[in-house]
Amino acid sequence: MIYARPTPSQEILLPVKPAFMVATLLAALLMNLLPLSGWWLSARPDFVALILLFWCIEQPRRIGFVAAWLLGLLMDVADASLLGQHALAYSILAYAGIVLHRRVQRFSVTPQVLHVIPLLLLNDAIVLVIRLLAGGDFPGYPYFAGSIVGGVLWPVLAIVLKLPQRPKPDPDHA
Amino acid sequence: MEHQPPPFFKTGPTPLARLLICSVLSLLVLIADARFNLLPVLRQVVSVVLYPLQRIAAAPAGLAQRAGEFFVTHASLRGENARLLHERIERAAALQQLQALQAENAQLRELLAARQRVAVKSQLAEVAYSARDPFSRRIVVDRGSQHGVQSGQPVIDHAGVVGQVTRVYPWVAEVTLITDKDHLVPVLNLRNGLRAVLAGTGNDGTLELRFVPLNADFQNGDRLVTSGIDGVYPRGLPVAEVMNVERNAAFLFARITCKPLGGVNHNAHVLIVSAERQLPAPPPEEEKPVRPKRSRKGG
Repeated sequence: MIYARPTPSQEILLPVKPAFMVATLLAALLMNLLPLSGWWLSARPDFVALILLFWCIEQPRRIGFVAAWLLGLLMDVADASLLGQHALAYSILAYAGIVLHRRVQRFSVTPQVLHVIPLLLLNDAIVLVIRLLAGGDFPGYPYFAGSIVGGVLWPVLAIVLKLPQRPKPDPDHA
Repeated sequence: MEHQPPPFFKTGPTPLARLLICSVLSLLVLIADARFNLLPVLRQVVSVVLYPLQRIAAAPAGLAQRAGEFFVTHASLRGENARLLHERIERAAALQQLQALQAENAQLRELLAARQRVAVKSQLAEVAYSARDPFSRRIVVDRGSQHGVQSGQPVIDHAGVVGQVTRVYPWVAEVTLITDKDHLVPVLNLRNGLRAVLAGTGNDGTLELRFVPLNADFQNGDRLVTSGIDGVYPRGLPVAEVMNVERNAAFLFARITCKPLGGVNHNAHVLIVSAERQLPAPPPEEEKPVRPKRSRKGG
């Protein structure tokens, strides 16, 4: 049976510490606040969306809409954009992550990218639609570049963020 | 739809219900902000929470810049010094002339009993970062309401107008650049005194003159300065240079594209100008001609 094949995502991990989740989200916020400009800015993935999606898929019971909404509000003020646009986008992203978490968890890390990129693009598209409705102009296709980069970063992130939950090898058992 | 767990554990509302609550809340905030501009207080509070994080995030860039400044070569410093000295000498003559002209101007104004123009005060601000919103052209500077910055103040650099302060937080302020879409600056053609309105296009490095008749005398290379009739920008600040004039009889107005003179998007420092001008009170609104109504008793 193909379902029974143990994938890396199904190994038994220690419970994640809430402080670790908060720390990673804060770090993502800091990465988003880096004063970049030009090409760096358009290639920079939305780290908050990425980490939020990761935790929604990994720990759907630990993180929820309140965190997503508040982080969205923070990003709105930091980006000097319309208040509520990121809040709405992150809420929908969190919903997608929570609903899809069983499905995505079955895949190993690399095919997960194919789920993550569309979700991040959806996040961008929501913001785009809101801004177009509010009278903005389409900023050009580089606008979506960050999400692709975010998807490429996903495998690295997934491995790094799971490291603290790996059980330590038992010295007596070895 | 996903297989729902039996209500064995109490888990609160379903994800869909939570999503709906969050979405409605977001939409309310969006509409309140975009249409009615109702939530400046919320923005202020969030910005105060965010400020320490922003400082931390800006620290590595500042450190790298300072390290770079430390390791400049002797030759480049000497070159820059020589250039600055040269510039100073060049400008000294102009400055002396300016002082003489100012004195003469003041005297003439006194003769004419005209109001004195108030001297323009300004404070230097460092550009903290350019806002990451790809839909607008804004920068954030490190001076806020604690330093006396007010919403509406013009922002300039060494070469020309950069933008206008649009939102003020306690320690930072947002500056909308003149290239922002639909940002307007009333200007004057320096060559012949024609007035027009300069609008941002949303692209870096292009501005356009709006509602200029086809036969208006604008040429390539004309310099545009602020006309000061809006009461926001002081009179006479250089803004832009005409790049291209396209007159097509099929349209009502000429298409005139301009290039900003100030380094709108690549400055490390800008000047926030506070021009405290006492404008004459706006003329009282004309009473609308009263339409004859049926209820009016025989006029």
